[in-house]
Amino acid sequence: MSNIMSQSTAVIVMNIRSLPRRLWMSLAMVFASAVVVAILLAFLAMAKGFEATMQSAGSDDIAFFMRTGSAAELNSSASKEQVNLIENAPGIIKDEQGQLVSPELYVIVDGVKKSTQQEANIPLRGLSQRGVDMRKGFTLMAGRMFTPGTDELIVGAGILREFDGFDLGQEIHFGKYTWKVVGVFSTGGNVFESELWADAKVIQNLYNRGSSYQTVRARIGSPDDIAAINDYLKSEPRLTHEVQTESAYFATQGKSLEYMAIFGWVISSIMALGALAGALNTMYTSVSDRAMEIATLRAIGFSSMSAFIGTMVEAMTLAVLGSLVGALVAFIFFDGLNASTLGGSFTQVVFSFQLTSDLFVKGITMALVIGFISGVFPAWRAARVPVIVAFQSAR
Amino acid sequence: MSSQNLFELSQVAKRFTKGKETISIFHDLNMQIKEGDFLAIMGPSGSGKTTLLNLLGGVDQPTEGQITFDGQRIDNLSEGQLAKWRANNIGFIFQFYNLMPMLNAARNVELPLLLTNMSRSERKQQVKVALELVGLSDRASHMPSEMSGGQQQRVAIARAVVSDPKFLLCDEPTGDLDRQTADEILQTLQLLNEKFGKTIVMVTHDPSAAKFAKHTVHLNKGEFVKAEELLV
Repeated sequence: MSNIMSQSTAVIVMNIRSLPRRLWMSLAMVFASAVVVAILLAFLAMAKGFEATMQSAGSDDIAFFMRTGSAAELNSSASKEQVNLIENAPGIIKDEQGQLVSPELYVIVDGVKKSTQQEANIPLRGLSQRGVDMRKGFTLMAGRMFTPGTDELIVGAGILREFDGFDLGQEIHFGKYTWKVVGVFSTGGNVFESELWADAKVIQNLYNRGSSYQTVRARIGSPDDIAAINDYLKSEPRLTHEVQTESAYFATQGKSLEYMAIFGWVISSIMALGALAGALNTMYTSVSDRAMEIATLRAIGFSSMSAFIGTMVEAMTLAVLGSLVGALVAFIFFDGLNASTLGGSFTQVVFSFQLTSDLFVKGITMALVIGFISGVFPAWRAARVPVIVAFQSAR
Repeated sequence: MSSQNLFELSQVAKRFTKGKETISIFHDLNMQIKEGDFLAIMGPSGSGKTTLLNLLGGVDQPTEGQITFDGQRIDNLSEGQLAKWRANNIGFIFQFYNLMPMLNAARNVELPLLLTNMSRSERKQQVKVALELVGLSDRASHMPSEMSGGQQQRVAIARAVVSDPKFLLCDEPTGDLDRQTADEILQTLQLLNEKFGKTIVMVTHDPSAAKFAKHTVHLNKGEFVKAEELLV
């Protein structure tokens, strides 16, 4: 075994040292792997960033009520009477002012994207101070909170970053109504930062919603309370709602960009096929270029296994080198890149591409697959050519 | 000097198939090489010299017949077994030296020792001895591209003898060298034969080179055309 190890190590060192003789072919393989990995990571980082933006918004200790059958907040509704019934559900925490419940409204307004100067949907959420308190990580970055009963709103940091016209102190026109931006808030980069917040009662009035809301959030002691609340909803015929933890709701919403990851795998796999063709050419050239050396080593007594391993390691090294370049390019150009896309309620969700360590591992794995397939056939040729034929080709 | 047969070729035939055509290089070739001999094989192109060299070196196998080395049949060994056999018994010296261009002289000479269980320090010592033998101790760290043809061939000889094989196979070892350098190389081979008892078979076109050998045989169309005492 140590014999094979020392043979293989010697062959690997020779192969790597002879790379400058095949510089351009080797660089072509590195480049092809780099492009495949960079594109794969770009798509995966997009999906990951979106998922993280959605999932980090949810809390396990918030019960989230929507009308049964509603896929998103926009489609839901809850009358004043239903909100009162929900307040009586078991497990909801109280304080000195009563149950910690936040009935909310969710309407769509227009904004102009900075990147394209095109109009896109933005959610305008109506809520009270109780609702604001239920958002984890909420901080007012600039200005102040809106005053209840007025046409003031506060704007999420993501909206400020991606859309025109929402600067602090600015007046905004949605239809015939004029609003004033009095504050900028952050919720730690999650989906709530892609929203505008104003007083729920003002929105009820301006958008003719009467006394009704759309969704209800309630603080609960633990996620286990959801079962008891569910039983309560089933036993109360006036309630047509279903409940889940807020984190469960956003986890489902976060999966809506999963197709991006799948698309990324498909695109990069197709590109990998092209890269494979080039890589195979590179490796066959390498075997041909080293024919005299392979033949000489085998004549001396080196095993065919060492020729196989040497070629495989060369292919894998070039592919991994490419993946590192690709990962670096993806990191420089995509990590933290801001983008917005349509979320579950047909509104724009602002998110940042996220390149995490598990994505890098996926990129390198992809490159290893390219390296393995592009190496195995040339390596087989290097190992199996009879020594006599290799001598002849070397002459 | 021992007079035992190191090699015995018995009724050896070698044929190649090229498309639908079968080309016969040898049929019914018989030959013995005694231990300690220095044999030159001469002959025109296509006479079968290189094929014979490949058969003796365990690089190729006969279509028919038997080849024994030191009493052991080698014509029926697998590729892997032949590789081990070559590592233990044969030193190759090639016309164009076949040095690894990316390794220095010492590393080139060390290559056959990587097939043994020697420690690094033992290998280093053996390499030093081999390079001293060919007069290149001071060139150990030089790359092949930094050395003349004669020096490169000396490194190749050091590589061939470093693991102390019984048998050296030389394929036109002076074919790429000027007369003076060629003579120096041939003198080194003579030294290895006479002082260190290496059995040497050398294929050459050059009658002057053949004169350094103890015996010369001539091949023509796969047959020995001038019998020496080693021939049957």
